[in-house]
Amino acid sequence: MNNILVLPMLLPLLTGFVLFFLRPSVKAQKIVSILSLLSLVAVSVRILFKVREDGIIRLDFGGWEPPFGILFVGDSFSALMVLTASAVSTLVIAYSFTSTERRMENMFFYPFAFFLVAGVNGSFLTGDMFNLFVCFEVMLLASYVLITLGGGKVRLAESMKYIAINVVASWFFLVALAFLYGTVGTLNMAHISVRVAEAGQGPLLSAIAVVFLIVFALKAGLFLYFWLPGSYSSPPGPIAALFAALLTKVGVYAMFRTFTLIFYHDEFIIQTIIGTMAVLTIIGGCLGAIAYTDIRQIASYNVIIAVGFMIIGLAVFNEEAFKGSVFYLIHDMVIKALLFLIVGAMVYLTGKTKITEMSGLIRNYPVLGWLLFLTTLGLAGIPPLSGFIGKMYVGLGAVEGGNYFLLFIGFASSLVVLYSMLRIFMNCFWGETIINREDQRLFPARRLIPIALLGVLTVGIGVGAQALEPFVSDAVRVMANPDLYIDAILGEVGS
Amino acid sequence: MKENDVILRTVTRVVVFIILTFGVELFLSGHHNPGGGFVGGLVLSSALVLLYVVFDIETVHQGVPFDFRKIAAFGAMISLLSGTAAAVLGKPFLTQGFGYFDLPIFGLTELATVTVFEAGVALTVIGTVVTIILSISKDV
Repeated sequence: MNNILVLPMLLPLLTGFVLFFLRPSVKAQKIVSILSLLSLVAVSVRILFKVREDGIIRLDFGGWEPPFGILFVGDSFSALMVLTASAVSTLVIAYSFTSTERRMENMFFYPFAFFLVAGVNGSFLTGDMFNLFVCFEVMLLASYVLITLGGGKVRLAESMKYIAINVVASWFFLVALAFLYGTVGTLNMAHISVRVAEAGQGPLLSAIAVVFLIVFALKAGLFLYFWLPGSYSSPPGPIAALFAALLTKVGVYAMFRTFTLIFYHDEFIIQTIIGTMAVLTIIGGCLGAIAYTDIRQIASYNVIIAVGFMIIGLAVFNEEAFKGSVFYLIHDMVIKALLFLIVGAMVYLTGKTKITEMSGLIRNYPVLGWLLFLTTLGLAGIPPLSGFIGKMYVGLGAVEGGNYFLLFIGFASSLVVLYSMLRIFMNCFWGETIINREDQRLFPARRLIPIALLGVLTVGIGVGAQALEPFVSDAVRVMANPDLYIDAILGEVGS
Repeated sequence: MKENDVILRTVTRVVVFIILTFGVELFLSGHHNPGGGFVGGLVLSSALVLLYVVFDIETVHQGVPFDFRKIAAFGAMISLLSGTAAAVLGKPFLTQGFGYFDLPIFGLTELATVTVFEAGVALTVIGTVVTIILSISKDV
């Protein structure tokens, strides 16, 4: 019994409800938020170390043992994701304290940001397929509110698309769950895995696997990413940063979970279908990142490229590649939050969105400029920064598996990322200044600090990769050996 | 609706109480029979919605002066806290208990902590349904 496992979801939910009642006082909302977020990070660290000591831990809600009850499972993979998500959302929400309009703060901005975090953490921790659906919905409902909050013509048009596509994806999810339950008669992930292995992954189960693939591909922006650039570029900085850092990564996580734990029998689906989707995603993302001049669009297409890169790790399907993908997931959450906060800040400071309309910002906002440069290097995967280690392991895995084409596409995309980011940096920060020093909008230190801390985090993950390595290896060991996971869940009950 | 709603108004005054009673009955019977917090909450909120339809929003607000968004948040919080109580007592999260008590009028009665959870669900449903109906009606 490990009640600590429910805290990453319980704490944000409770905070969200408390904030509802604190609506009149924005200051009280902020104090409660930051306290709750800091304890959330502390709890996540505790879970990570507990998993290290005790192995995979689980919590059966209400004492109902698996496979009958709903449960939360903590292994190194989910604990790492929860920790990263909590740390990133702490910094993003801390940034939003200073940048959010009063009008939105009064319309329940903070409660819904917390519900989003609760849904994300729940999705990482759950060990039950239907519960995964529920947590996805909690996360998506909160995101519907956040994306429409504040209104405006463009945003409402984009949010209609966003909501429509996600409702359709959720419906597919439900259908896939119904098929799965009808076929194997259980929703507990470990139990599903056992039964799928017993029955062999025949045509029916493979078809179900593909439906799940479509669902998660829609959520993660893998190949089916057409909705993503529009809806990620319309909301203000902090909301876009929360979306870019967390939402697609939950889809990627779910894909890794289902295809390493449950549907790992069919090589055609994993290597050919998922591999092809990853390549097409990267190519499409690269075209978008080069083609657009709107900095928010360029940033959104960078999200898509990263998703494709992580999924290459899944398509290669060996331990080295998994390791790379886990490192890259952690890195990507941090760096995308950083990128979207900087982009949001640039739009706020200049009032313009196109790279052709901005120049010489380095004279006005030097720290911001150098942070963007750091982000550029991190995204491209330059050695001391966090992106490098993930790219290296995915590369090693691809060489080991002989997937040289995937390797080439993955590494070629780094160059495109570097080019697209340098284009922003050179056009917007170099050249003649467009804003007078007297007229420039203030960018106070308290807004800069959360961004700078994210920058420190990305350097820290790169330099401290050695310290992270045991946790990541542990996560990868469970992915490569589903029996470890199954034993931890069903061991005592006996399948 | 303005001229000819005497019958509607008179009937509503009686029917609302029947609906409310039915809602409570559904809520309580949910422990062993079909029913429970969600259905009970839906029926209870239908009584409120009927009131809003027949009388206008201001009149109903004089009688039921609550912010229904807060009721929804409060309900969800009760449900969560009832689960947390189990965790505080050292049981797995959401564990429920029950016992038999000899109460003055009712005699031997089964009391279960899951009722608290269900009450939270009911309040959430009421709050959400009424909020949705009110925000839709405002735009017209």
